Formats: sequence, C-alpha cells, structure tokens
Amino acid sequence: MKELTCIICPNGCQLVIDDNLNVTGNMCNRGSEFAKQELSNPQRSVTTTCKTTFKDNPVVPVKTNGTVNKDLVKDIVKEVNKVTIDKHLNIGDVVIKNVLNTDVDIIICTNAIKEGQ
Amino acid sequence: MKSNYDVIVIGGGPAGLASGISSKENGADTLIIEREAKLGGILKQCIHDGFGLTRYGQRLTGPEYAYKDIEKVEELNIDLALSTFVLDIKKKDNQYTLILSNCEGIHYVSSKAIVLAMGCRERTAKQVFIHGDRPSGIFTAGTAQYLVNIMGKMPAKKCVILGSGDIGLIMARRLTLEGAEVLGVYEAKNKPSGLNRNIAQCLNDFNIPLYLSKTVTRTFGKDRLEKVEIMDVDEKMQPIEGSEQIIECDTLILSVGLIPENEISEKLNIKLSNKTKGAYVDNNLQSLTDGVFASGNCLSVNDLVDYVSENGFIAGKAASEYVKNNKTRDLVEVKNSKGILTCVPQYLDLNSNLSKVNFYLRSDNNYKDAKIIVKENERVLFERLYKTINQTETQKIILDLSDIKHGIEVDII
Repeated sequence: MKELTCIICPNGCQLVIDDNLNVTGNMCNRGSEFAKQELSNPQRSVTTTCKTTFKDNPVVPVKTNGTVNKDLVKDIVKEVNKVTIDKHLNIGDVVIKNVLNTDVDIIICTNAIKEGQ
Repeated sequence: MKSNYDVIVIGGGPAGLASGISSKENGADTLIIEREAKLGGILKQCIHDGFGLTRYGQRLTGPEYAYKDIEKVEELNIDLALSTFVLDIKKKDNQYTLILSNCEGIHYVSSKAIVLAMGCRERTAKQVFIHGDRPSGIFTAGTAQYLVNIMGKMPAKKCVILGSGDIGLIMARRLTLEGAEVLGVYEAKNKPSGLNRNIAQCLNDFNIPLYLSKTVTRTFGKDRLEKVEIMDVDEKMQPIEGSEQIIECDTLILSVGLIPENEISEKLNIKLSNKTKGAYVDNNLQSLTDGVFASGNCLSVNDLVDYVSENGFIAGKAASEYVKNNKTRDLVEVKNSKGILTCVPQYLDLNSNLSKVNFYLRSDNNYKDAKIIVKENERVLFERLYKTINQTETQKIILDLSDIKHGIEVDII
C-alpha cells in the first residue's frame, strides 16, 4: 500500500494505492491515472527562466511544452541556464528543441520580447 | 487618458484586467490604472504552472494566464494609465474624483463608479516578531521571487524559509532548481498553510524538510545574515524555552501571509471587514459605499487566480450596470455563526438578481465529513456533505437565492 498527494489540481487529494493498484481517496478519475503514472514513471512539467540579451527583460519565463520524467527536472533547468536568447520571440515560440532528447521542447511563456518590442 | 469615465478600475493585475474587460464589454467607458509599467500584476513573476485550471481547463504559467487577459484588454481598446499612482480619491455628488501622478505630472480624472483591484501585500519581518540583528539577506518570498524570476538574480546560497504559504513553498523549489540549498521550511502552526499539492511537488519532490510548530525567533549577522535561531512553539504559538537551535544560513525567506491592500479604500471610508481585511460587499461585489466595487485579493485573499478573475468579472459588470441604472439597494446580511473564518459576500441586495450568487468560503479549521448549510431563518436553502474541508482551501458554492426575503446564514457543521 502506498500514499500519495495528487498534484493534478488544487484539491490535492490524498490517494491510497493498494497492492493491486486500486486507488482510493480521489475525487475524480484524473487522481487514479495520476497515481498509476506516479508509481511507474512520474511526470512533471518544468517551468524556469532563460537569460536574454534584452536590457528590460534580463530573464524571461519558459516551460516544457509537455511533461518529462521527474528525475530530469534539475538537468533541464541546467540546460536552459546554458542558453541566452538574443532574438525576438513570440509567446509559444521554441527556445530549445527536443531538450535532452525528451521529445519535449522548451517554449517561451511571454510576449515581452516579441517582434518590434 | 480622458478626464471622465463611467468606470475606473484601480489595479492592472488579474482582478483589474477582468473587471476592466467585463465593464467595457458591458458598454461602459472604462479606464484601468496600474502603478507598474506593465499589466499583469504579480502573475508576471509567478512563472510556475497550474493557473487557469478552472477557467480554461489548462495548466498555464502566470505570464501566460495574464497574457490572455492583456490580449483581450488590447482588443477592446480599454484606456490604460500605466506607471501611474493614485494619490487621492474623493467623492462628491455621486461622482468620484481621483488625483493621479505619473511622469507627465498630476491628473484629475472622474468616474461614476470605481472598481478596487489593488491586490494584496506580503506580511514582512516587521509584522512577525523576530528579535536580533537586521542584516541583509531577509526577504519576503515575493521579493525573492521578483529577484529570481524578473531580475535573474539569485538572492540566496543557503536559506531557511519561515512560513509554509504557497509562495514560500514555490520559492523553496525555485531556489533549489537554481542551485541554492534550502535547509527547511519552518511553520509555527501545527499544520501547513499552503496547498497539499505544493507540499508534494515543491518540497517532497526535492527532499526539502517541512518542520511544523517551529519558528524563527532571532536573526544574527553583521552585514549579511549568518545564522537564525529556531524554537519550538506551543499550541498558543509561544516559543518553548530550552528548545533553541541555531542554523547557519545566508538568507531567511518569509512566507507568513498576505494582507489585502486597502489604503485607497480607507481614503473613501469604505467599511472593511475585520475578518477578510477587505471591503464588506454585497452579491454584486459593491461595497457599502454606493458606486465602489471590490474584486480579487484586495477584497479577500484568494488561493486561486481563477477565483480572482471570476469576481473581477462580476465586479466590473456590476459597476457598469450601476452606471446605467442606479437602483437603490435593499441589503440584508449573510451571517456566519459556525465553522466559517471568512465569507464573501457578507450582504445580499434583494433589489438585484439573486439567481446565481457566488459564495467564497474559508473554514476556521480542518473538518472531516462536515456540511455546508445555508438557511433563511429555519428554511434550508442548501446543504452539502464534504469529505474534507481544509482551512487552506476556499470552498466556492453557487446558489439561486431568487426567492429569499430576509438575510441568510451560512455555516459549516
């Protein structure tokens, strides 16, 4: 038997998973999906900032456009910290393609350095 | 900026953006005043995701969530006064006059209705009782967040976090990811004040310890913080003698609560609630002063931005309606006698449409198998059983109160 806190929504249900992978304590279906995923291949999205050469925005917010294995979170932040954005980008544009071969891209979350800004 | 508007919104964060959008969409000539150079408020620095789950069914980051509203504000061509401060505000003959200051000088601007959307402030070291030196290295969580996420500067190498509010938990993760060592999160209460999911994904994921019933009692350091003293506290949150423990660190981050920002409301003598620290409001989020509406975190501190936007939309629309047809109100009270810490709204206007009233409730404790009950005298209007009701989470209920004739009572039993 294992206990987990569901992180899918702010309800934060306390999940109990028995040896046959039956999940209780969840208020919705996403809770049981989360519990099964969390025990086999825990996934997280990563949000961080990326340096730029723009004076008014020394860093800009970026994120993964999907989830990655939990153990890769720290390494992905390190990868982003190696990059400096030196061109205008619009919200949603890719900053790093296929980061650490995860099939997930790092995209920019702001329009602060868009074209013409 | 013109000199006259139907509705003026004070604040350009999520509450102000939503208020401005709904006011303008409902046909009112609207101005949004923001003291910063950019719209979006605190969302600009909240780079983590999880915003918008209720409103959009998506896990957005703060900047992305703000962008959706900012885009709408631009599309609607709402007048903006950015980098502009409200110095004073006066009421005369059902008209509000604001005195504004910006780099072009002093401006007078008037309106028939005002929407307060100033948000909230963090409690600082001055509001929690910590003795000792006052070196650099003591920050509120929001300041640390601004330094890391907007300025790109790291304020800490080895830090202690006091308070388990959500921003503190989120900063514990953020500082860890950027290479700082977070020694622990200390909470004086016997239960965490942040959301469960943030304890899980911000602390547990990174093996950051959470210590309950412990607080920082003293700070040491000449120029920069060198160490802090931690003590156990009893149920009354008083330090227990003999439990002193010294921890070496260069940074202390405070996440000890948020307080609605209401200096402007005070200038208008708006009646504020001792419980929410925001204005008393009716179901249209109109304060007890006619023509002044309140929304978002200056009304009462919310745990979800989705709720902030939602009540921004209610306040903005109601303000624009007020300008069109100024009906006299018939206010009755919403009373709470059991289990409720805060309840918004505190009044109902019997002369308004009560078919869909949003209530935002916060309980005074954690409850299991508890009921939220709404009654008009002895008539039960709503009753629902909850497996758990946590103090840290807002319970929202929507009620049809079209047929009430008196005040109501909302309780948790």
